Amino acid sequence: MVRMPGDNNKIGDGDYLDFEEKVADLDRQMKELRKLSSIKGIDYSAEIRRLQQEQVTELKRIYSNLTAWQTVQVARHPKRPLLDDYLNLMVKDFRELHGDRCFGDDRAIITGFGQIGRERVLIVGQNKGRTTKNKIACNFGCPNPEGYRKALLKMKFAQKYNIPVVTLIDTPGAYPGIGAEERGQAQAIAVNLLEMSSLRVPVICIVIGEGGSGGALGIGVGDRLAMLEFAYYSVISPEGCAAILWRDGSQAPDAAEALKLTSRDLYKLGLIDATIPEPLGGAHRNVHDTVYNVERYIVKTLACLKRTKTDNLLENRYRKLRLIGTTSAEVLRRKTEAGRERIKAALEAVPADRRPVETKPRESVPSKSKRAVTPKSKPVSAKV
Amino acid sequence: MVDMAEEVKSKPVLSKAEGWNGFSLKPRKDMPEGLWVRCPTCEHMLYKSTVEENLNVCPECKHHFRIEAATRIKYLVDEGSFQEVLSDLTTEDRLGFKFRDTTYKQRLKAEEKKCGVKEAMRIGKAFIKGRGVVLAVMEPNFLMGSMGFVVGEKFCVAVDKAMEEKLPLVAVCCSGGARMHEGVVSLGQMAKTSAVLAKLDEARGLFISVLTDPTTGGVTASFAMLGDCLIAEPRALIGFAGPRTIAETIKVELPEGFQTAEFMLEHGFVDMIVHRKDLRNEIARLIDYCQK
Ligand SMILES: [Zn+2]
Repeated sequence: MVRMPGDNNKIGDGDYLDFEEKVADLDRQMKELRKLSSIKGIDYSAEIRRLQQEQVTELKRIYSNLTAWQTVQVARHPKRPLLDDYLNLMVKDFRELHGDRCFGDDRAIITGFGQIGRERVLIVGQNKGRTTKNKIACNFGCPNPEGYRKALLKMKFAQKYNIPVVTLIDTPGAYPGIGAEERGQAQAIAVNLLEMSSLRVPVICIVIGEGGSGGALGIGVGDRLAMLEFAYYSVISPEGCAAILWRDGSQAPDAAEALKLTSRDLYKLGLIDATIPEPLGGAHRNVHDTVYNVERYIVKTLACLKRTKTDNLLENRYRKLRLIGTTSAEVLRRKTEAGRERIKAALEAVPADRRPVETKPRESVPSKSKRAVTPKSKPVSAKV
Repeated sequence: MVDMAEEVKSKPVLSKAEGWNGFSLKPRKDMPEGLWVRCPTCEHMLYKSTVEENLNVCPECKHHFRIEAATRIKYLVDEGSFQEVLSDLTTEDRLGFKFRDTTYKQRLKAEEKKCGVKEAMRIGKAFIKGRGVVLAVMEPNFLMGSMGFVVGEKFCVAVDKAMEEKLPLVAVCCSGGARMHEGVVSLGQMAKTSAVLAKLDEARGLFISVLTDPTTGGVTASFAMLGDCLIAEPRALIGFAGPRTIAETIKVELPEGFQTAEFMLEHGFVDMIVHRKDLRNEIARLIDYCQK
């Protein structure tokens, strides 16, 4: 695992969420002690270690019991890893592909080829931007129709060369603007839903931050839908829901709770396929580990999906979509049981000494970068 | 995604007596409720019976009033030919949704009492001018015609039936969007309905989507916009985000005629705008053109 101590996000004074008071307090105490020890030359390391342990316990306590509204705040944390972090840390040889060939190049959705682990993939990701300038450039992560059309165009390109698609979802929602309506926001999203349901390559969708309604779904139909542990995915923003059903936007915490928008609830309801764990105290406290967990999920899942014949892949995807919301517990039970049995059988088929161990994809493929620069030089079966 | 602005708009307002432009029969203050309606477009006061005889269209300005599914079916299909299926399908409240002092389940009961139907969509087989079709009609009054599990499921069953029996599918859309009370289940219905339409497309089945006032949110962004042919009723509100949401976001007054059927036609997102009285004819004609 790649970890660069000190390279991770520093949590500053303004970055504590309002339910992390004690954590902030412990940080202040530790800072004080370090300062004291450097001034007076007294060794406080035992004391600091104790505080650190206390802090870990506290973070564990807080983050294992987050309310839905607190989860939304974590998902919107200003230091939370964004698409850029994933592109930098997880994707080798990223080649961005611009434009929808029709209207423009939406910066809220970034598309391009790259390599994750040993796999060539098409990345389609929603981009929120960190600095004010970036945020404005990418419209705060709210895509316009041209973004969805660009995504579809590139996905069809990928389909032609049998390249799997990975989408990283992080948007408050599709942009509600005059231009967006004039250019057919609804139509653009609808067409994506239809086309992605029958795209003849594996499609993995991961909600890395905010999964805002139709804007998220517009690049969120595939073989697998996963969520980071403290991301949220919802039909409407908690504020919007509160404004309509509670007639009071400030009731958003109640709305968030009612909407069941956390990964834990959605997994329980069978509406997502997996949750990807976040490091202690949320993704913003350790960008590298977060990205690494996502990468591992993608590599593992892609390997599994690539073994499936395309026709079966599409059949499975269709069945999954067609059953969304089917309440009968029977269907769910059968699905999980069948899955468990398949995994068990597959594991038993592998000799004990060759069972999969923790792979280190980042370090184990040092010289593969050359291949990805000229992806077309390799004969690829274009039969799709 | 359900925009409540429209709900307010549709109610005839009787209190503002000043400001009409010369209609012969001035309503009195003591006018019995329910006998008159006020046209929201031209503000004329109209006899309800006159409007009803005119297919719920304002005779003065051709404003198309919102109509419930039963009326729509009556106007659209050959008399008595509608054979409904799955009319009893109801949703299990999977989220256990509670808001204020009420629950989603209670709300559903109230809506059922109000509308006389169990959900926001009715599906079945019917004949339109002698042509067999599978019909899916949305109920605008049932929780704003919002799409939850049942609406999505019924639509998918309609598509399956259309494929099975090689009949054209006609959907009359009228919805405020996805149903908040069902959370991601309702969001998923967008993906689900679109996926079955991909199958219908593959099977070369005809899908005519009729967009009526209002078609917004998750319904527009899924099956409503995926018709082979898109027909809109005059001046119907059609869009993704509700006008109020847009106005609040961009803090600019919206241009006149924004998100109307005419606006959609101008921007290339619908095939035609058809008066309610011509709808039967136009659909029958399209079906004839698309016969294999
Ligand atoms: Zn009128």
